Amino acid sequence: MSTPLIQLSGVKKSFGPVDVLKGVDLKVYPGRVTALVGDNGAGKSTLIKGLAGVQWYDEGSVKFEGEEVSLTTPRISSALGIEVVYQDLALCENLDIVQNMFLGREELQQFTLDESAMEFAAAKALQSLSVRTVKSVRQKVSSLSGGQRQTVAIARSVLRDAKVVILDEPTAALGVAQTEQVLNLVRRLADKGIAVIMISHNLQDVFQVADDIAVLYLGSMVAQLETKKTNHNEIIGYITGLKTQKEKA
Amino acid sequence: MSDNITINTGHEGTALDQIKAYGSRLKSGEMGALPAIGALILLMILFSALSPYFLTPINFANLFTQAATLMMLSAALVFVIMLGEIDLSAGVTAGTGMAIFVKLHLDGMPWLLAFALAFVFAVAVGWFLGYFVAKVGVPSFVISLALYLALPGVMLIILGDGGILRLEVPEIKAIMNTNLPLWGGWAMLGITIGLTLAMGLWDRARRIKANLPTRPLSILGIKVAGIAVLGGVGVFVLNLPRSLVITNPIQGVPTVIPIALFILFVGTFMLDRTKFGRYMYAVGGNPEAARRAGIKVAKIRITAFIICSVLAMISGVFNVSRIGNVESSAGRAIVLSGVAAAVVGGVSLFGGRGRLVHAAIGAFVIAIIDNGLGLLGMPAGIAYIITGAVLTVAATADALARKRSGGPLVRN
Repeated sequence: MSTPLIQLSGVKKSFGPVDVLKGVDLKVYPGRVTALVGDNGAGKSTLIKGLAGVQWYDEGSVKFEGEEVSLTTPRISSALGIEVVYQDLALCENLDIVQNMFLGREELQQFTLDESAMEFAAAKALQSLSVRTVKSVRQKVSSLSGGQRQTVAIARSVLRDAKVVILDEPTAALGVAQTEQVLNLVRRLADKGIAVIMISHNLQDVFQVADDIAVLYLGSMVAQLETKKTNHNEIIGYITGLKTQKEKA
Repeated sequence: MSDNITINTGHEGTALDQIKAYGSRLKSGEMGALPAIGALILLMILFSALSPYFLTPINFANLFTQAATLMMLSAALVFVIMLGEIDLSAGVTAGTGMAIFVKLHLDGMPWLLAFALAFVFAVAVGWFLGYFVAKVGVPSFVISLALYLALPGVMLIILGDGGILRLEVPEIKAIMNTNLPLWGGWAMLGITIGLTLAMGLWDRARRIKANLPTRPLSILGIKVAGIAVLGGVGVFVLNLPRSLVITNPIQGVPTVIPIALFILFVGTFMLDRTKFGRYMYAVGGNPEAARRAGIKVAKIRITAFIICSVLAMISGVFNVSRIGNVESSAGRAIVLSGVAAAVVGGVSLFGGRGRLVHAAIGAFVIAIIDNGLGLLGMPAGIAYIITGAVLTVAATADALARKRSGGPLVRN
C-alpha cells in the first residue's frame, strides 16, 4: 500500500483522571474506506474530534500526507481537506439543498450571492456521486428523507474538495433501502480517491463497505485489519475485549 | 462527467408545469403569504359590500397612511422573529427615539442632527438587546420586556410634565401629509416594473450562462403583468381627486408609499441576495448547523436586533409625522399588533421562515379590519376582538402547515 494520507501514532487524550485515548495508532489511505469500530466509550468520538480540530490530542503525532501537522482548530483541519459529517447532520431544514451545501462558503459576484454558480456546482457534486434520489436541488431539506439528508451532508464534503471524509454513524436510524443507498454513496466517495473514515456500530454495514477495519477498545487501537482478511467473529472479539493485540501477534 | 446538469433544479418544464409545481408546494404546506392575501381580498369584498365609503379614493389613501406605521414596525420585527427571537421594546424604542428628536429640536438643535441622534439611539438599543441575547444568554422576551417597561419612563422624563410635545419639523410632517405629483406615482410604478423585469432577466441570463435550465419567460411575464395591473389600479385611484372640499384638491400617491417601498426593497434584497441574508435564515433555521458551517451566530443575532430597532425607528417617524406629536405612551400598544401582523402574514414565530412582504401584507389585513369596522361605526372593542380572532386563525394555519410538512412544532 502507498503512504497513508493520515497517520496517527501514539495519540493520547485524557479528561482529568480519565485516559480516553491511551496511545492510538491509525493509518488511513486515500481511496479506501476505513471503518472505526468499538463499543461505547472506546474513544471513537474523541479520536474523531481530534482529527476535526474540535478538541486537540494531548500527545502523539499526526501526519497528513507524510507531514507532521497540529490540528488545533476546525479551520486547520478543514483547510487540509478533512471534513466531518456528524450524526445529527447539521443541516438547516428551512434552506434548500444548494443553500445547505454552500452554507458558510457561498460564492459571490459583486457582493451578491452567485446562485447559478452554486446551483451548478451543487448539482455537479451530486451527479458525481450518482445521486438520483433527490427530486430537485432546490428542494427544501425539510422535505427530504433521512437517507437523502445524509446524501446532502456527504455531497457537501465532496463540494469542499475533501481529501478525508469522516462519517459519524451514517446509517444509524435509516431504513434498509436508505442504508443501502448511503453505503453505495460511501463506496463511490472512496472510489473518487477520497479517504473515508466511517464510525459504525453495525458490523454488517462495515463488512459490506469497508476496506480496512480499525478496532478501538478502552482507548487503545487493538487491531487494524483488512476486511477481506478477517471475519465477524474476530472483530467482535476485539470489540468486546475477548481478543487482544498479543493474540494477533 | 458531462458538462450538463441531469439533476432537476426546479426550473424545468413549461409554464404549466411551473404552475403545477407551485400548486404542489402549496399543498405541502409552504403557503407563505397566500392565506393572508386571501383574507385581504375577502375583507375588501366584505367591507365594500357593507360600507359605501370603503371603496372611495379618500379611504383608499387613508388606508395606506394608516397601514404604513404598522407595516414598517412589523417589517422591523421580521428580522428578529426570523431568528426565533422577539423584541417587545421595538415600539417604545421608536417612541423614545422620537421623543429625543422632538425635544432636542424644540431645544434648538438643527432637526437633521436631532433626527440622526434618534437613529443613533436605535442602534444603541438594538446592540444592547442583541448583546444580552447573543452574548449573555438572556431570553429576548425578558430583556426586551425590561426595556418595554423602562423606556416609557425615559420618555416621560424627556417629555416633561405635560407628557406630550408637538412636532415642528415640516420636512418630517411632509412624509404622511403630502402626495407625489401625478407623474410621480406613474414614475414609481415604472421603476418598480423596470426593476422587477431587469432583475428577472439578469438572473435568467446568469442561469443561461451557467448552462442551467431556465423557467419559461412567460412566468416572469405573468409576474410583471401582475405588478403592472395591481400597481396601475392603485396609482390610478390614488391620482383621482379625493378632497371633500372642492377648493382644496388632494390627489396623488402619498409620499410615504415610495419611502416604504424603497425600504422594503432594500431589506428584501439583503435577505434574498446577500450572505448576511442567507446567514439570517440559517441561524433562524438551525443555529448549531450555522455555527458548524463557520457562521458567526452572535454577530448575526446582534445585527438583526440593530436592524429591527432602526426599522422600528422609521415606523416611529411615520407615526409622529401622521399624528404631529409624540406622547409618553407612544409605541406601547402597537408593538403587539406588529407581531400579530407578521404572524398573520405568514412569518413563523418558530424562526427560519418569513419575508418582509409577508409582514406588509399582514399589516394591511390588520389595518383593513380597523379601517373597515371604523367605517361601519362598530365600537373599537369589536375591532380588537376580530383582530385577535384573525391572529388565532393565522397561528393555527402555521402550526398545521408545519405538522403537515413534518417540521418541528417546537423550537429545538
